[in-house]
Amino acid sequence: MAIDMQARYLKSHEWARQEEDEIIVGISDHAQEQLGDIVYVELPEVGDEVAQGEAFGSVESVKAASDIYAPVSGVVTAVNEELEDAPELVNQDPYGKGWMIKIEPSDPEEWDALLTPEAYEKVVEEEA
Amino acid sequence: MKEPLIYELSVTGREGVKPPALDVPESDLPQELLRDDLPLPEVSEVDVIRHFHHLSHKNFSVDSVMYPLGSCTMKYNPKVNEVAARLPGFTGIHPMQDEETVQGALYIMHTLQEDIKAIGGFAGVTLQPAAGAHGELTGVLIMRKYHLDRGDTKRDTILIPDSAHGTNPASSSMSGLHVVQLPSDARGNVDLDELRKVANDRVVGLMLTNPNTLGLFDEHVEEIAEIVHGCGGLLYGDGANMNALMGIMRPGDLGIDVMHFNLHKTFSTPHGGGGPGSGPVGVAEHLVDFLPGPIVTIDPALSEEELPYYTLKMPAKSIGRVKSFWGHFGVIVRAYTYIHMLGTAGLRRAAEHAVLNANYMLSRLRDVYPLPYDRICKHEFVLEGHLPDAPDVHALDIAKRLIDYGVHPPTNYFPLIVHEALMIEPTETESKQAMDYYCDVLLKIAEEAKTDPQLLHDAPHETPVRRLDEVKAARKPHLRYEH
Amino acid sequence: MVYLPHTDEERQQMLQAIGVKQIADLFQDVPEKARYPELGLAHPLSEMEIMQELQFLADANLNAYTTPTFLGAGAYRHWVPSVVDDVISRGEFYTAYTPYQPEVSQGTLQAIFEYQSMICDLTGMEVANASHYDGATAAAEAVIHAYNVFRKKRHKFIISPTLNPQYREVIRTYTQGMNLEIVGDEDLTASAADVIDQVDGDTACVILQYPNFLGQLEDLGDLIARVRAKDKKTLVAVAVNPISLGLLKPPGDYGADIVFGEGQPLGLGLNFGGPYLGFYATTKKYMRQIAGRVVGQTNDVDGEIGYVLTLTTREQHIRREKATSNICSNQGLMALAATVYMSALGKQGLHKVAALNYHKAHYAADLIDQLDGYTVLRERPFFNEFIVRCPGTVAEINHFLLNTFEEHEIIGGYDLGQTYPHLENHMLIAVTEMNSRHEIETLAEALAEFPEEDRL
Repeated sequence: MAIDMQARYLKSHEWARQEEDEIIVGISDHAQEQLGDIVYVELPEVGDEVAQGEAFGSVESVKAASDIYAPVSGVVTAVNEELEDAPELVNQDPYGKGWMIKIEPSDPEEWDALLTPEAYEKVVEEEA
Repeated sequence: MKEPLIYELSVTGREGVKPPALDVPESDLPQELLRDDLPLPEVSEVDVIRHFHHLSHKNFSVDSVMYPLGSCTMKYNPKVNEVAARLPGFTGIHPMQDEETVQGALYIMHTLQEDIKAIGGFAGVTLQPAAGAHGELTGVLIMRKYHLDRGDTKRDTILIPDSAHGTNPASSSMSGLHVVQLPSDARGNVDLDELRKVANDRVVGLMLTNPNTLGLFDEHVEEIAEIVHGCGGLLYGDGANMNALMGIMRPGDLGIDVMHFNLHKTFSTPHGGGGPGSGPVGVAEHLVDFLPGPIVTIDPALSEEELPYYTLKMPAKSIGRVKSFWGHFGVIVRAYTYIHMLGTAGLRRAAEHAVLNANYMLSRLRDVYPLPYDRICKHEFVLEGHLPDAPDVHALDIAKRLIDYGVHPPTNYFPLIVHEALMIEPTETESKQAMDYYCDVLLKIAEEAKTDPQLLHDAPHETPVRRLDEVKAARKPHLRYEH
Repeated sequence: MVYLPHTDEERQQMLQAIGVKQIADLFQDVPEKARYPELGLAHPLSEMEIMQELQFLADANLNAYTTPTFLGAGAYRHWVPSVVDDVISRGEFYTAYTPYQPEVSQGTLQAIFEYQSMICDLTGMEVANASHYDGATAAAEAVIHAYNVFRKKRHKFIISPTLNPQYREVIRTYTQGMNLEIVGDEDLTASAADVIDQVDGDTACVILQYPNFLGQLEDLGDLIARVRAKDKKTLVAVAVNPISLGLLKPPGDYGADIVFGEGQPLGLGLNFGGPYLGFYATTKKYMRQIAGRVVGQTNDVDGEIGYVLTLTTREQHIRREKATSNICSNQGLMALAATVYMSALGKQGLHKVAALNYHKAHYAADLIDQLDGYTVLRERPFFNEFIVRCPGTVAEINHFLLNTFEEHEIIGGYDLGQTYPHLENHMLIAVTEMNSRHEIETLAEALAEFPEEDRL
């Protein structure tokens, strides 16, 4: 299982990374492994508001569907449109080309509540 | 043997069945409203018959093989049912005809309502729902409306055991209710302690499948009824598994307030490759007024002695109509035929033998396939399709390998609470020889799993197609013929 | 008669293998006080006896196929080619289950794929599902579909007053627990155009019918344009009579987002109201939110083309309470019947059937319009069903047609006053290819002879 050391995490296996003023969001390598071949990613629209801990979309394999939760609150500034035709990018490159949305955060303090890579690693170990 | 799509058989200008010639003067057509092209196939009648016969050869069916899909009750569909339902006096009735011209049909519906009341121990029945899931939605809406009608507006929660069919939570959320899942205890029953914790004045009701999807009769059904009724809730019975209990016990006698039946499972009407089903709902006295309608009643004003007059009537506080017209009448005729050929004793014998057959197969398989809940089962049982000495072999591999031996696999990966579930429901109409063959094959496959697991991974070998790429199908959906 | 194969000896062997003495031992967990109730069902009958009884009951009904019939209102008397019943009577089709094991269900799966293709072709849409229970439940699913497209953030649904009253009822039944609002049919004298003004930014969907319940062809192109002008995102769903699409430009060509309807006219008998077929089609844009089963083409491990159930993550067995619908079946056999019907008639046949319906209905309307006391309402074009203002109550006229007129039995039209109070004494008359010129002329003759003393 790969972990992006630059990112912060949610227990529900989303990652978040700060890029300039925005937060970029995806699901972890562990999450994509658990789901198997991803066939569809449902994402919000640019301009939608999201709230920390609330579902903003879902990711689907042939036999399962999981909600994706927002690591921080704010407004969606970009969505990864490539995933529409190539959902397998989430399997192939979960921290890179498989990113999902960008958020302009409304509350900078929310970032501090996210899990560090080390803490997230422990969560995954405990699950196993 | 590949069969082309019917579109690929099309030849420009070829005609199939010819409609009659026009025998009245032509009228002007509204040119601006007409379509340019109708891209349907152009094939002959012979093309049509051969094409669909070829397709039919690619199916397994109850008429051809043992088909022990757990939870689906794939029993034999008696041929007399089909002949009965195809009588022109039934197929030819328009649903809006004057009631006076459809008394034979209304008699059948009324009698079946009465029969289902008797079998279930209920005070009222609607035949309108089109399928089991449709009956569930009906039942949940009835429970919801019952509480609202009493002015009890804060109830918003449905309790559902973790072994339930996925339709239970889906029907509940369609009704605007929250779902609270209940765990099962070590014997596969609803965990009573957990139930007590969540039974409160927010509960609309509990949806109980009994026997549950593990094929086990819940040993605490009376306590469950007491707890649910104690908090003011209602007890819903999922009748999907009624084939185990016809004539053995009436759900209404054990405190079930509302229940759907599956005519296509319990009462031998065919599954049709996915439908039509029929999901009548029975209710206790306090819910009769909430049934969807119209339902068939006797109109005393128009009845003569010994000659009742049947009429369609909407119950007083009905949740409303759940589909067009009155129900799947063609399916209703089939179920009527079945029930009236079996009678009270016959239905009981059918249930008894459904349970005998399941326990017999279980006795033959239990030493080889892990059995998570070791009890006398009812009409079905659940094994683990994962053998300790063949770690790479999964339930799916076993299911697919069964196909190589010419039998239909059991239900797999359901119920979710059993790891790698194989859910087997032989039904009462299978012979000992058919079941012995099925068990022999399963035991042989368990051996193969150890000695030649690749054989299982590659199965099935001889079918019209082999394992299909479901990932591709879902990633790039190709859902129609492209011209 | 019980369909049980075991001999006594086999039963004993099985009990022994299980380790119990008698069958009753298998039911010890059923509470004793409730065990073995007396059901009191009728005495069981042999096959011969039950068929004699059923034949008697069947004969007690008036058969609309052998009686001149002008009743439609959502279910139509059409000729069903012999090939249809031949195919759906094959045990390989009707005794199979939902195609969960695709390797041994390719017959059912390919037939559904062909069905989906034909429904798309007929409606002018991109994607169709494997069917719903009937037209009314398909209407309810359209509402829920649109609700899900907007992620339950739009709450208003506008239903045309000219949408089939049963469809409107079922929509309300299905949605009674949902936090949404169904409007539009408060004033039943209004037309679809009148209610489109209610479209706003909270409107998820407008539901129209074409031809509408009253048989009329409202200007679909204009209606859809008006919805778009009020709000670009609001979906438009249109209920259609599939036979009319043999002739008419389909709603897909006008830009509808959802097209659905009652598929009974496509080769299904009247069957006293069921089983019927709800067909349902939409665009690629909205396919991920549809309900019901969907079949897709793919390849097997050897590269051969095959068919599977797909997009299943929308469904209840995976999403449970978050599923797009609780439906877990389709009208498999009815969809097969419709597929065979559309194949057997084909491109030319379906066009001809539609044209026959159109011309015969117009011939009937012309004849009836000339009768004293009867007026055909013709402010809009129609397909095979039209409104007649009658000189008496529809109930009395229908009674006269059925029981009195020169010993002919004629099943008259639908009494519109039952569901549209302002159309009291108006009859909705349906004419299909099954109505011969002689039947149509006999109807006109009979209506003319409706006695003066019973006229209003």
